[in-house]
Amino acid sequence: MADNPTLEMEQPAPAKRKGVKRRAFLIGGVAIVGAGLFGISIMDSNAVKTAAKLTAGKGEHSFATWLKIAEDNVITIYSPHTDIGQGSNTGLAQMLAEELDANWDLVKLVSAPAESAFANVGLGRGFLGEMTGQPGIINGVPQSFLSFIARQMNLQITGGSSALRFTGQVTFQKVGAATRLALIETAAKRLGVPAAELTTQDSHVIHAKSSRSLPYGKLAAEAATLSLNNEPKLKDPKNYRLMRQSVPRLDIPAKVDGTAQYGMDFSVPDMRVATIMAAPARGGKLTSVDEAPALAVKGVEKVIKLDDAVAVVAKGYWAAISGLRAMTPQFTDGGNGGISTASIFKAYDDLIAKGDPAGEAGEGDVKAAMGPKPVEAKYQVPFLHHAMMEPFALTAHYKDGKLDIWGGMQDPLASKMMAVDVSGLDSDKVTFHPMLIGGSFGRRLPMYMEIVSQVTKLAMQLPYPVKLIWSREEEIAQGAYRPQSAAVLKANVTANKRIAAFSNDYAQTESAEAETTFIYNLPAVARRNYEHKSNQITGAWRSVNSTQQGFYNESFMDELAHAAGVDPVEFRRNHLKADSRHLRVLDECARLANWKAPLPEGVGRGVAIVESFKTIVAHVIEASVKEDGMPKVHKITTVVDAGSIVNPDAAKAQIEGGTIMGLSSAIGEAVTLEKGAVQQSNFSDYPLLKLADAPLVHDIHFINSGAYMGGIGEPGVPPAAPALANALFAATGKRVRNLPILTQAKA
Amino acid sequence: MTISTTVNGKAVTLNAEPDSPLLWAIREELGLTGTKFGCGIAACGACTVHVNGEPARSCSLPVSEVAGKSITTIEGIKGADGTLHAVQKAWIAAQVPQCGYCQSGQIMAAVALIEKTGKPSDDQIDEAMTNICRCGTYPRIRKAIHAATGQAATAVEGAA
Ligand code: FES
Ligand code: FES
Repeated sequence: MADNPTLEMEQPAPAKRKGVKRRAFLIGGVAIVGAGLFGISIMDSNAVKTAAKLTAGKGEHSFATWLKIAEDNVITIYSPHTDIGQGSNTGLAQMLAEELDANWDLVKLVSAPAESAFANVGLGRGFLGEMTGQPGIINGVPQSFLSFIARQMNLQITGGSSALRFTGQVTFQKVGAATRLALIETAAKRLGVPAAELTTQDSHVIHAKSSRSLPYGKLAAEAATLSLNNEPKLKDPKNYRLMRQSVPRLDIPAKVDGTAQYGMDFSVPDMRVATIMAAPARGGKLTSVDEAPALAVKGVEKVIKLDDAVAVVAKGYWAAISGLRAMTPQFTDGGNGGISTASIFKAYDDLIAKGDPAGEAGEGDVKAAMGPKPVEAKYQVPFLHHAMMEPFALTAHYKDGKLDIWGGMQDPLASKMMAVDVSGLDSDKVTFHPMLIGGSFGRRLPMYMEIVSQVTKLAMQLPYPVKLIWSREEEIAQGAYRPQSAAVLKANVTANKRIAAFSNDYAQTESAEAETTFIYNLPAVARRNYEHKSNQITGAWRSVNSTQQGFYNESFMDELAHAAGVDPVEFRRNHLKADSRHLRVLDECARLANWKAPLPEGVGRGVAIVESFKTIVAHVIEASVKEDGMPKVHKITTVVDAGSIVNPDAAKAQIEGGTIMGLSSAIGEAVTLEKGAVQQSNFSDYPLLKLADAPLVHDIHFINSGAYMGGIGEPGVPPAAPALANALFAATGKRVRNLPILTQAKA
Repeated sequence: MTISTTVNGKAVTLNAEPDSPLLWAIREELGLTGTKFGCGIAACGACTVHVNGEPARSCSLPVSEVAGKSITTIEGIKGADGTLHAVQKAWIAAQVPQCGYCQSGQIMAAVALIEKTGKPSDDQIDEAMTNICRCGTYPRIRKAIHAATGQAATAVEGAA
């Protein structure tokens, strides 16, 4: 590993705009896959005892932190991940329950408390050791820092399509298997038979010979006193009963009758509601505000000035937002008044033209092989907002020296630590109560959680609980965006219709080469990245840099195919390794999509294939152009190789949703800047795809290649935009090089 | 000002400023939090309720306009004995929700559409179902509406 991640990591300081660089733990994610940290101890730390104290009530027995078994045979599993709706918690429960042979009907899943006993410190420890190449180094590292890393790991695991492949494979399956062995050992003693004669099913240990069986609940008290096997043998997949099954998601019933409680829905007696406006140009400060018009609004109780924002506290949201809108606060632009979408693209052009990259990857002598007349294309994509449906909302109450916070965040533990920092309270005086999240897509990661700091500041000076709600306008204007980015691609396609050299020079506000997988097998490739900072925060947006890289590489491959006069599927095939998983995915997708079949007049077919988070996804899209110049997607065929799938229907839902998010951004979404401030304000000018424009047919197929498990929440996104752009080219002969399509249709 | 209406079959009196949106009276005064806030400008549909049986975006409907009218929220569509509405059942069967935040509004819009049309066609679904779902559950929403109205969901074979 070239980078030393410890150098890149900093404690997330709420006062600062940027905390931890995502790149560091993405590298960490790769390290874990590569190193396969299967040897970590899952059973023997103090955390296990603390967790038992925190979770196990009377008649309940805790195992290895993550589960407890009650005497009535109810099994409760604690997930360290926040299920953002991707079904990963159901998947985790399936994995643990599978190895445990639990009765699924009596399995309950709850969020782990936001306490350090539930941080994945074991992973953090192993991660740091692996990353530095010297496992001993961690002995001198304070526990708090290890916990911090553990939190980052948790966060990455949740955010990086990886709950199942890391927490699930590394910890939960083993915990289930080890607990099962302890239950068998206990039963063997009690029944006076050899353990080898015992089997397990539906939360019972069974002795077939004597037709006796014991429920887990009756064995748990004793089994919980045994030390668990750190290296239990896992099941042969052919004996799976729960994994690889489309088990209905545990969270869904509460989401159809209005009973699911999101952070927005929390309330306590005497609670007030606040709303806030931060400096429109990021980096700006509040200079003055006349509070009178706000205080004149019925229900408004207080105006609170923060360094860079002003908040209105009222009896309810309507009074608060009316009060806020009645004022005309003045902010500086923090010296960022010259920043605009155009100025950023100009800076990118200059950087690429100058040719002094911040980072470089690839192989072969591209310069020599490029030849005198390469094919060349320039692409541009805008900042994108996550636009999760639930705007930020956190409730905080400071009373008797203690601070409680309720809400939905992707990393409750890091949220708590941020509140500890901001409040100056001891960590045992701050409690974060995790609630359901109404969408995240990377938005609710700790390094961009200003709202935690804001609500803490408000609560510390108010005598009552306060719920801080961001308006949608605030949400859109103060995002942590997918970077605005531009790329210049060049290639030399020789007379034999093969690529001799390929280069991709891309510029953006943050670089992350490690996240981008280049799948083609070419003699000479160069990928060079250029960094230009703006005043905006850029963050992890579903599938991260693979969105823009997927668009660049797969659009350009299409351009090269057409330049060479070769069918786009054939052209890609010619540049993929024989027998590779990529080739199989591409071939399957082309076959299932009837790639060669004739299409109606005006309809075109486009293909794209991208690997991200270890999962390979190919889309074939059939699309045409409507009268208003906007694209119409008729049909999508998708093939996915994620190694293996825990819950096929939940995985399908993720691919459907990811594809739609990719199409939505390609078609209509752009955050643009003028004078350092975001110009969009709401869904009226940040349009998301609606049902009528979603594909009527989306045919999704999984290949169970048995390769190491990849992610599923994100990889459906990246190939969507290029497959659509390629289909539109096939339909119209017009190449889409700048997104979103809406801007060009209007122009 | 006080406004008398019926919410989920019960007579209620709301104490709200006449221009304040129905959404906040429902959520903050009545504590019915199944109806969601998403945008505040009638653009997303997360706040959809029924007013006299018609779908309405409650974030942009002043309470003064619902005086004397009958309002139904997501909490009010179950049967009297607590059984789920056919649309809710179809939503579970098709495993529609992801984050779930938009789904109260989606279900209320779908119930209104089905009450009006019986068996909505794909075009009618396109036209009526304009609520935003960032998670991209649209194929399953379509499938669930077809299933709830006894129509084979041939058009969405890919959606599970
Ligand atoms: S909150 Fe009412 S339409 Fe969005
Ligand atoms: S399910 Fe998340 S927004 Fe619709």
